[in-house]
Amino acid sequence: MRQNEIFQVFLYVGLLVGLAPLFGKYMARVFEGKETFLTKIIRPLERWVYRLGRINSDEEMSWDRYFKAVLIFNVVGLFTLWGLQMVQSALPLNPQMSGNVSWALALNTALSFITNTNWQAYSGEAVMSYLTQMAGLAVHNFLSAATGIAILLALIQGLKRASSEKIGNFWVDLVRSILYVLLPFSMVVAVVLVSQGTVQSFSPYVTVRTVEGAEQIIPLGPAASQTAIKHFGTNGGGFFGQNSAHPFENPTPLSHFIEMSGLILLAASLVQMFGVMIGGRRHAWYIFGVMLLLLLGSFMVAWWAEVQPNPVVGKIQPLLEGKETRFGVMNSMLFATATTGTSCGAVNSMHDSFSPLAGLMPLWNIMLGCIAFGGVGAGLYGMLMHVLIAVFIAGLMVGRTPEYLGKKIQAREATCAVIAILAPGILILLGSAIACVVPAGLAGLGNQGPHGLSEIFYAFSSCANNNGSAFAGLSANSNFYNLTLGTAMFVGRFVPIFAVLAVAGSLAAKKTVPASPGTFPTNGLSFALVLLGVILIVGALTFFPALCLGPIVEYGLMQTGSVF
Amino acid sequence: MTRLFLQSLLFTIIFTVLTGLVYPVVITGIAQIAFREKANGSLLEYKGRVIGSALLAQKFESPKYFQPRPSACDFSAVPSGASNLGPTSSALQSNVLSRAAAFCSANKLPANAIVPGDMVFTSGSGLDPHISPESALIQVPRIAAVRGVEKDKIKVLVEKHVESPQLGFLGEYRVNVLLLNMALDRL
Repeated sequence: MRQNEIFQVFLYVGLLVGLAPLFGKYMARVFEGKETFLTKIIRPLERWVYRLGRINSDEEMSWDRYFKAVLIFNVVGLFTLWGLQMVQSALPLNPQMSGNVSWALALNTALSFITNTNWQAYSGEAVMSYLTQMAGLAVHNFLSAATGIAILLALIQGLKRASSEKIGNFWVDLVRSILYVLLPFSMVVAVVLVSQGTVQSFSPYVTVRTVEGAEQIIPLGPAASQTAIKHFGTNGGGFFGQNSAHPFENPTPLSHFIEMSGLILLAASLVQMFGVMIGGRRHAWYIFGVMLLLLLGSFMVAWWAEVQPNPVVGKIQPLLEGKETRFGVMNSMLFATATTGTSCGAVNSMHDSFSPLAGLMPLWNIMLGCIAFGGVGAGLYGMLMHVLIAVFIAGLMVGRTPEYLGKKIQAREATCAVIAILAPGILILLGSAIACVVPAGLAGLGNQGPHGLSEIFYAFSSCANNNGSAFAGLSANSNFYNLTLGTAMFVGRFVPIFAVLAVAGSLAAKKTVPASPGTFPTNGLSFALVLLGVILIVGALTFFPALCLGPIVEYGLMQTGSVF
Repeated sequence: MTRLFLQSLLFTIIFTVLTGLVYPVVITGIAQIAFREKANGSLLEYKGRVIGSALLAQKFESPKYFQPRPSACDFSAVPSGASNLGPTSSALQSNVLSRAAAFCSANKLPANAIVPGDMVFTSGSGLDPHISPESALIQVPRIAAVRGVEKDKIKVLVEKHVESPQLGFLGEYRVNVLLLNMALDRL
């Protein structure tokens, strides 16, 4: 069985490494406005959407106008999504007569879905109408993913252009992301998921009497269409409360493999697209390699930790609390590290029940900022901020003005990169500290002892980095958590976006300088090592003390059989 | 600013229609034509009535049926749930130890026998339809005794219901408890 598990890991990584360059090239063509095999079908629709949206697709934006467009568009989304949940009982497609969602939960959910976090303080099948799910939540799965891609495209334009005021048109980037990338892929995946048993129906729930005569209500709904984009857009918000552990959302090992591949494929392909668009494919492969290393490292630690016996329950194996039989331990660990290395946040098993070091790995991936391979767009632009810091530090070490892809990296860019990297960290530490001292924060704990602290850390890390997975023992549907975590999601999304667009604007305005002997080469092992070092040192300095008090001390206590 | 606001509003409406209505309706159309049974929850009929879904676990308490995995939500599906108990939780410890003891006594195993993990740990969905083949085989002597059927006959039935990794390598070996129990009643 172990051999088969290793084979699945190789297949997963092999498929990723094989497909990412293909998708990357396709997307590079799409966003450079070149012809692709879908152009004939989609181009007329694209033009029509521009006309309906009253935009001129040739008109370009400065970075601050681009940011305003992003912000206003997302705030409009926030209020419409918030409102939709609060009036859903009066709207159609509500066969279960779901009531209106409370204002605080609806606000938290709206913030969660516009920011690509998809943190869920509710169970979809018990709270949301079919209309809210498909015309509200699923729509923002598309929009927030497309927003992430748009920000990345703007940053790429900043790197490519010289002496330019403009960094592209947000609406064009948004529309192309959805029409050429997100929608076609989701349609294919949705149909495959239905073929495996993911439900897709507008019928009301079915009440049955079981073999032994008990009553069981079988939930239904348009789940496959939402599940497809939930993964491909690294959203992660489940149609059902138990997300990809639920047999109606993830019925078979094949649907599982597709969902697990889907959640990482687009983010990885964007790295390859970046390489094509800046004309530096080797450089992109080095970034790709660092991301893959971070992901596989965390996976291997988690897998090793989860097959060790837990002295608290004696010799019982395998440790399947919160896991599904059809996936088993290895697939649960691979999914958990992939969903947190990316900012997907879908779960196929309950992270809260992992053994301490296995639970530490998803948390660590999120704390690093979900950069392996990250959310669509967000992962790479987050990683590029680390790259800027890396070349900046390397430049300081040799005493030359640092350059990146022919652009001088000066105080302004370095400051913005630091803001983008540290904003989530500050939110995590401050938010967790507040939750640890106020009664409303402690009231939500599902576990006691060091594990309780981990639950709080995980919640704020997940929200501030727009991941959305949870140590779900924490009861997060209280005004305290709905509002504090909602704030963390919003600030954790738009402060880095602001900083990244500021970098894009400032880089676009600069001249391109030719590489000189003093330029730190970004195609090489030394670059990869400096980058990895920056990521690990920044992450460890920020979070190591906190992690010691949570999962690490819990690991020691577990070895002695302590319980809380 | 007002222009950006108007455009934001228009694009929100356009994409709500396109990705929020057209897309799910098209997928539902395809699903209902091509995969009707699966799209509607893989419902099973038994003795002339719908008794549940092949994909969702249901409660079996009688000793004449195979037991599914324990469920933190007691097999309720709206909503379902997991325990979310951590590895050093005292509640997890006492739940697991008492489930192990109950399983041993129900199946006449020695009190210090090590019970397979899937029979004492609750699942992620609360509705896991499967158990491991080992967990099914351990229950065979009990079911044979209660039903007065030969052990071998039931063992063969279990082996017939073992699902292999999909495509030969994806996922784990497993047995669907509901399908197995329905077959058991038909013996």
